Amino acid sequence: MLTVDHLNVWFGHPPDRVDAVQDASFTVAPGESFGLVGESGSGKSTILRAVAGLIDTWSGTIAVAGKPLTARKRDRAFYKTVQMVFQDPYASLHPRHSVDVVLSETLRLQGMDDIDRRIARLLDDVGLGRGFRFRYPHQLSGGQRQRVAIARALAAEPRLLLLDEPTSALDVSVQAEILNLLADLRAEHGLTYVMVSHDLAVVGHMCDRLAVMQAGRIVEVMDVQALRRGSAQQDYTRRLIAASEGYARA
Amino acid sequence: MTLLSVRSLRVTFPTRQGVFEAVRGVSFDLGRERLGVVGESGSGKSMTGRAILGLVRPPGLVTADRLELEGQPILNLPERRMRKIRGNRISMVMQDPKFSLNPVMTVGDQIVEAYRLHAGGAKAAARQKALEMLAAVQIRDPERVMGAYPHEVSGGMGQRIMIAMMLAPDPEILIADEPTSALDVSVRTEVLNIMDRLVRDRGMGLIFISHDLNLVAQFCDRVLIMYAGRIVETLAAPDLHQARHPYTQGLLNSLPRLDAPVDRLPVLQRQDAWRDGDTITQSLETEFPGGL
Repeated sequence: MLTVDHLNVWFGHPPDRVDAVQDASFTVAPGESFGLVGESGSGKSTILRAVAGLIDTWSGTIAVAGKPLTARKRDRAFYKTVQMVFQDPYASLHPRHSVDVVLSETLRLQGMDDIDRRIARLLDDVGLGRGFRFRYPHQLSGGQRQRVAIARALAAEPRLLLLDEPTSALDVSVQAEILNLLADLRAEHGLTYVMVSHDLAVVGHMCDRLAVMQAGRIVEVMDVQALRRGSAQQDYTRRLIAASEGYARA
Repeated sequence: MTLLSVRSLRVTFPTRQGVFEAVRGVSFDLGRERLGVVGESGSGKSMTGRAILGLVRPPGLVTADRLELEGQPILNLPERRMRKIRGNRISMVMQDPKFSLNPVMTVGDQIVEAYRLHAGGAKAAARQKALEMLAAVQIRDPERVMGAYPHEVSGGMGQRIMIAMMLAPDPEILIADEPTSALDVSVRTEVLNIMDRLVRDRGMGLIFISHDLNLVAQFCDRVLIMYAGRIVETLAAPDLHQARHPYTQGLLNSLPRLDAPVDRLPVLQRQDAWRDGDTITQSLETEFPGGL
């Protein structure tokens, strides 16, 4: 579904050029859920943004469903296949657009017909119900906003969903609801996920395989069973797992 | 020994829909210990910290049967007297160093300013103290950091600088509001070690406000769990996983765990009865004065 090969992403020009991602390669099979983990600044979100077409200073190969992408513009067919959900539901929704406007605009951009019925379906899909259709973001809780953001991503009926820390701005009880919703949607719609998170437990719950990143490079690609067993190959991964288990008093 | 004693603390805000009660009768004692306060957003945990420091602005209203710092009442003191306590005797570290440091002042100037405001003294002495403080929070190259601007330091270093600044006047109590939530796990451990040492070596009292139950269970001595402005359960931190309140249990269960995979995460079903039910308290036989 997604192939990333020898991907480099950089920002700025020499001498201030920052190489945010260096020589990253991984593949994600159709229907798979793939995690990208690492500390802040490790380049995990940058990979996602390069795939989504939000950054155009990259080299290497990104191919979605077998079709290689070019650095510049993505066509409408691309955005029908790939959609993204962002970290902060408070920032990713327009404060003066109602849920109805957010969803109908997206549907119209994707050239969909029967918008009325589709909005009702989308709201049902994300567990909000039709009563939310004419609400504004400030009338929604954080979890409800993230549901709207997920509905917006689903509006295009994509096959690959890019999830950038979709629950890290939410309380743990709300996080559980959203993770369950994402799992249900993947099963129902046969979606492929690429999920960025700093929380190894969340990735362990949601994903089949994951890549561990450090300072712009992928240090290890492993499956979740290996993560659970703690049988990481690389020192860095082992340290990350140990640190995520919490605080051991010095 | 009790550093801080709080009884029936309430914080209310008038709104168009009537009076909103952010904190509804919170009582606890703080000794020379690490006291964790956990709860979800809106549970009143941060507001409790702000109320203790007198940082709730009108029209917000703070009332309490008792709010005492080492036996002296500090509830609703005039701002001038409160300023002598705030920083000097009770300090606060906020969540995000990016928003708590002045972006157009060097780190050194900010620490020196904070220190002289509280302790007075000559600039050179304050500078010496600032260097000591930066070294105390494990900053390896304090001279360089003194001259740096906040955007030139990392998040973890920014948070350590905040702690250094708060510690310069040697406070008796530190209120840390989500001090590590913006930090990576590896840096988090360092920041926690620093606070841990302060409690052990200087006998400081620490109120550690967090939404991270597992972290609090491992780091703190005692935990208060807040829900809808009230304490619903208090227990010794190592016993957190034997919590008896359904809210505490629900929070713990909703966390994904690497060692115990499940297909679906249990979702917390909130109950109205939790808003006003009794606080569940362990019979705490500890050296700490709490155990309310």
